[in-house]
Amino acid sequence: MARPARPRRLNLALHAALLPLAITALLAYVGSVLWSIRISFSSSKLFPRDDWVGLDQFVRLFETDRWNVSVQHLGILALIYIVGVIVLGTLMAIFIDQQVKGESWFRTIFLYPYAMSFVVTGLIWQWLFNPNLGLQHAFRMMGWESFILDWTVRTDMVLYAIGLAMIWQGSGTTMAIILAALRGVDEEQWKAARLDGVSKPRYYLSVVLPQLGPAYATAFVLLAVALVRTFDVVVVMTSGGPGDASEVPAKFIVDHLFGRNNIALASAASVVMLVTVFTVLAPLLYWRSRVQARLSAGH
Amino acid sequence: MTFRSAPIVGALLAVLAGTASAQKAEVIHWWTSGGEAAAIKEFANAYTKAGGTWVDTPIAGGGGAQARTVMANRTMGGDPPTAAQYNYGRQYEEIIKAGLLNDLDDVATKGNWDKLLPEKIKNAVKVNGKYFAVPVNLHNENWVWYNKAVLAKAGAKEPTTLDEMFAAMDKVKASGVTPLALGGQGWQEGITFRGVLLATGGQDLFLKVFKDKDASTPGFRKAVETFRKLKGYVDSGSPGRDWNLATGMVIEGKAAFQMMGDWAKGEFVNAGKVAGKDYGCFMAGGPKMPYQIGGDVFVFPKQKAADAAAAQKKLAEMMISPEMQVAFNNKKGSIPIRTDVDTSKMDICAQMGVQAVKEGRLLQGTNELMSPDVVGAFEDAVSKFWNSNQSVDDGIKAMQAALKR
Repeated sequence: MARPARPRRLNLALHAALLPLAITALLAYVGSVLWSIRISFSSSKLFPRDDWVGLDQFVRLFETDRWNVSVQHLGILALIYIVGVIVLGTLMAIFIDQQVKGESWFRTIFLYPYAMSFVVTGLIWQWLFNPNLGLQHAFRMMGWESFILDWTVRTDMVLYAIGLAMIWQGSGTTMAIILAALRGVDEEQWKAARLDGVSKPRYYLSVVLPQLGPAYATAFVLLAVALVRTFDVVVVMTSGGPGDASEVPAKFIVDHLFGRNNIALASAASVVMLVTVFTVLAPLLYWRSRVQARLSAGH
Repeated sequence: MTFRSAPIVGALLAVLAGTASAQKAEVIHWWTSGGEAAAIKEFANAYTKAGGTWVDTPIAGGGGAQARTVMANRTMGGDPPTAAQYNYGRQYEEIIKAGLLNDLDDVATKGNWDKLLPEKIKNAVKVNGKYFAVPVNLHNENWVWYNKAVLAKAGAKEPTTLDEMFAAMDKVKASGVTPLALGGQGWQEGITFRGVLLATGGQDLFLKVFKDKDASTPGFRKAVETFRKLKGYVDSGSPGRDWNLATGMVIEGKAAFQMMGDWAKGEFVNAGKVAGKDYGCFMAGGPKMPYQIGGDVFVFPKQKAADAAAAQKKLAEMMISPEMQVAFNNKKGSIPIRTDVDTSKMDICAQMGVQAVKEGRLLQGTNELMSPDVVGAFEDAVSKFWNSNQSVDDGIKAMQAALKR
């Protein structure tokens, strides 16, 4: 495994070229994170203030109905969105993996929703669900008088409507990730399995999918990050309504940061989100790097 | 080459602009819709005519939140604009406290603002006895708009109070038209609630709630119950609807009423409708309702350049002059902040407003009484109550908690 020794100067040049990026990352990202943490312990409103108020902002945060509801909504969306996207993405990937005719066509169609911004996605789905001009209206015009599809205006269904729009938008990328991993699975395994009389669904479930762990971990991390950032689709589809039935943490943060001049409370909320994401994702990322290290060592 | 020519071009420009270069004024505002842009253009043209250079910096979106964020960031960062738009109230309170705004006492003394401005508007723009903002217009959020043809067809009498409106809505409902067009977004539900509050207990109740932060009175309870009653008159498509779409429903005769600020008038005007002929208006709190002070002001951040103060004074003087007040407000849909102006060109709704100002029926607005944070928290509670089956008791409890933030 002896690597050809690289000339030292190139290495230096490489590092020098990466330096601006590293500095930007450190200052802009880590710096901002530290700054937010600092602000969350102050009484800042419109301008940052240099005082310390301990955990006051966090106490208020968890006394605020809207925040607690937002966090619950994120939990529900996590179930709908992540499970939905992974199941749908896997099915689409397996479908394309069958060497279907016009594979590139299907791949493009499946990926297209991802090319659209959430604002466009949200707007389209908002129209579809709008009881006065969407599908409900269309079907009633065609004579189906009792047809009801009014999810976005119903407090108990609005989250599912948003989840559906998000699944529609996100499935394509997950399909691409899974498909790439599927293509990495050795064809010989299918030949061997077929000789043993294993059916195709059984082959995928028991042989192929278990090998895709790292791909699923990647997909999961991307989905989880997208989920936490959920903002634009909610703003466009429902602006958090009806009432607070579709409020999400990111919207809470933006509202308090800008409209309501309370950067301390907004920072406290961001810190809570950051800690949550870290506790969920850090072990997963660690596990994935271990698996990948093992795999590359084995090859 | 370009490096060397820069000073030459600069010198040329200075010669061309003459003394005017000293009067450059950059103005941040969020008036980007058609009518609004036309209104600010009145200011820009007048300032240019007076020999200044107007640098327009419009920032769209978020009901002004984006523009205010830019203003706060730039002022903090040492690159403030010459002037910036705010709403009446406490949005710029912290900037004054940080000592970053110029006061306007020179201009105010010269223009005799103490005499000129109605007492309560004066209080709204004065902080610690000094003027820190020039008021440019008065908007009132507590109007009710209705389609006259829809009411006539339903055989309903045109109302002048909320009680009469309920009677009219019953008839409209029976005729098969949506009685109340409501945009189901938090701030619109908030406007509707405050209209009901004014109709129930007038100025006293309003101040009890938003100034004394007391939601325990029987009057408040009655207002909350009346507010809930309105829900029976709203169509199922209401949640999430934008305000101008709701206004559109009234214009097209798909709905009879809308409770919305006087900016809704712009939509009627754009659709070619005439006040008193096609559509009617009344104040949610009844004919003698106190006019809740809302609308826009301009503030003037401290500048590094010594000559910038002159430009700021010139702007302030121009914005409050009688001619500009009429020209600007006719385009904006609001009413002038001074009463010594020609009202003949205004429609009947605006004249009702001018009458209120003349009689001194003015009321501190929620933005003046509470911080944006508390206003938002209260609207959250109202919106939650409107959109759920929360009991009146629980609703009042949540609203009380929000007020105490």
